[in-house]
Amino acid sequence: METLWFMIVAVMVAAYVVLDGFDLGAGAIYLSVAQTSDERRKILRAIGPVWDGNEVWLLAAGGTLYFAFPLLYASSFSGFYLPLMMVLWLLMLRGIGIELRAHMENPVWVGFFDLIFCVSSVLLAIFFGAALGNVVRGVPLGADGYFFEPLWTNFRVGPNTGILDWYTVLTGVIALVTLIAHGSLYVAVKTDGELNQRTRTVALWAWPLQLILTIAGLVATCYVQPTVLNNYKQHAIGFLIPVIVLGSLGGMIYAIRKGQDKLAFVGSALYIVGMLVGAAFALYPVVLPASTDPAHRSLTIYNTAAGRHGLTVGLTWWIPAVILALGYFVLLFRMFRGKVRLEGEGY
Amino acid sequence: MDSALLVDRIHFAFTITFHYLFPQLTMGLAPLIVVLKTLGLRRNDEIYHQAARFWARIFGINFVMGVVTGIPMEFQFGTNWSHFSRFAGGVIGQTLAMEGMFAFFLESAFLGLFLYGERRLGPRAHWWSAVAVFLGSWLSGFFIIATDAWMQHPVGFVGAADGSVQLTSFWELVLNPWAWWQYAHNMSGAVITGSFVMASVGAFYLLWGKFEAHGRVFLRVGVVAGLIFSVLQLFPTGDGQGRMVAVHQPVTLAAMEALFVSQTGAPLVILGQPNVDQRKIDNPIEVPNALSFLTYRAWKADVQGLDAFPSDMWPENIALLYYSYHIMVGLGTIFIAMMLVAAFLLWRGNLFSARWMLWILLLALPFPYIANTAGWMTAELGRQPWLVYGLMRTAEGYSKMVSAGNVMFTLLGFLGMYTVLGILFLFLVRREIEHGPEAEVSSGH
Repeated sequence: METLWFMIVAVMVAAYVVLDGFDLGAGAIYLSVAQTSDERRKILRAIGPVWDGNEVWLLAAGGTLYFAFPLLYASSFSGFYLPLMMVLWLLMLRGIGIELRAHMENPVWVGFFDLIFCVSSVLLAIFFGAALGNVVRGVPLGADGYFFEPLWTNFRVGPNTGILDWYTVLTGVIALVTLIAHGSLYVAVKTDGELNQRTRTVALWAWPLQLILTIAGLVATCYVQPTVLNNYKQHAIGFLIPVIVLGSLGGMIYAIRKGQDKLAFVGSALYIVGMLVGAAFALYPVVLPASTDPAHRSLTIYNTAAGRHGLTVGLTWWIPAVILALGYFVLLFRMFRGKVRLEGEGY
Repeated sequence: MDSALLVDRIHFAFTITFHYLFPQLTMGLAPLIVVLKTLGLRRNDEIYHQAARFWARIFGINFVMGVVTGIPMEFQFGTNWSHFSRFAGGVIGQTLAMEGMFAFFLESAFLGLFLYGERRLGPRAHWWSAVAVFLGSWLSGFFIIATDAWMQHPVGFVGAADGSVQLTSFWELVLNPWAWWQYAHNMSGAVITGSFVMASVGAFYLLWGKFEAHGRVFLRVGVVAGLIFSVLQLFPTGDGQGRMVAVHQPVTLAAMEALFVSQTGAPLVILGQPNVDQRKIDNPIEVPNALSFLTYRAWKADVQGLDAFPSDMWPENIALLYYSYHIMVGLGTIFIAMMLVAAFLLWRGNLFSARWMLWILLLALPFPYIANTAGWMTAELGRQPWLVYGLMRTAEGYSKMVSAGNVMFTLLGFLGMYTVLGILFLFLVRREIEHGPEAEVSSGH
């Protein structure tokens, strides 16, 4: 039962990163690829109807984490207090930037909201990557299951870590580059003309960087947290995951060169899912490794899970709820399918 | 009092109070927009469609504010109240996760269609998108109320070996009688905000002499809904909620009424200042025996005063609790009187020319917000010193690993951010109102 909920939360997080990832990425490239007001509106229209729904996956994943693994939620949210609060502020600014820009009449303020949207998207991508880095690297958990990490200490990986050290900065950069490529490909799918060309160029330039960073990330992870290899050694099937990751990277560059934006976007989505599943597979059943005394202090799905009855009841409503949610998403994406146009209602 | 605890409490109180300024209008306006759209379809009258579009624009701005100020709420349980989350997550994690899964997905998916899809969808399907947004916002309200109701009156749980509580009965949690009274009372309060805001803007247009046809629609819908829900707010919902408190939290009732001494035939204090040190009311204006009657339906019933309970069970801030409760009830009473007069004038056909009444309706706008806020302060201050009534004290629930300085840092951040958001909101809504309901699109970019 705990394993099932671990998988559910992992799937929800992956859904969040794939979905909100493309609008974060679109935000990150927004100022550089879209120069005219019309181009900016096109990007906003491409993500406008869906970004809020995408972000709900984060809230729903957070809620599900709270429900299924209360101690993990309590420990990690309070331990990552400062960066989480900053993520909240950035999410708030970004939502305001997207939704209220259209209400601004003066070009000075439109420009200001553009800047807010772009900067908050870039920073969020880095923060999310660093957060994942922290979870993989481990945190200084106390015997009571709690910890508190400052923003940074000496940028070294060791017993006295901060949120930011060289490893988590690396994972943050990987996330940013990945989402820039992901967002570019989404905008390429949704637009035509010059904007489409420019976003393809961004994805083309991002690709070698993504490849190098992926390999660097894998090597660094094995160095920082050698236990990640244990599950792979025990279950050789796990090695399929890095194959999928590299395969989807290969598929991406093939599709970008062929001008098949949709295929390239799917490749990018598959890459993201592969990276996240790879991390989840490596950690399982640990959900937050302790940097000191990991054998006893690490939080696992077993020592953080809610009661059995609650978890069982949860399945009975979670399954219909997720089917409904998927239904809404299919409806929504179908309603707004195709290339965006500037006529008509909206942003 | 530990200083981190104090800052954590202020942090939560400030962010939740500011947040709830927006959802109450979201939940209150959503059914009224459905009413406007239904009238538009039935009567095939463009005025109602324009009215619905106008309120949808206000709704959109308001909704964004509600979403962005709502995100921190779900996170704060973990960041600032981690010991509470660990203790109670096995139970209230259910309702909070259900809010995300059932309500947020529904709302967020249909909001875009509702705000920007009228032409794409056609009138019927667009009506359904408005209904979906209405349902989503009211579902969201239910799950939050069910969470708070469990903290007020915990049911359906068992204590586990590690000191936490775990769910034993899902249905007891969802059918908690406290939750249903509180939900009815709260949603009625939200519709009061929605209808007062609508009537206020209508009155503004008539006094201004512009968009008068729309103003009359706003007034008609606002006054009728305002009267119905002001009455429902008192009876049965307020009465039912009050009896929940009397049965399950008698010490809270005593503190709300500032009844220091147990009495047979207890009076109802209408005005007066509680003097907690001397355990009496200064300058009281009272209705004899009325509290006994309202609570137990008998003029001479015994009502327990604060002296019947050990003082470590008393709510900590009796004066603020007393004022919150009295402001809520006082305003609620005035709302009924005001809407009765307005509805009478509407019925007689005099409302639209009665400038004095239009002025009252215009200036009434802030008061439902104050009443709703005071109501929530009554609920939450009344629960003190408990975080989960009878199970966990507030002083045990905060994040002990997070220092007061860190919490102060983020509190200041929220103060600054919310000041900017509040100004932006007022600015944007004021401009929508000045542009009026005839503008087709809010602005073109």
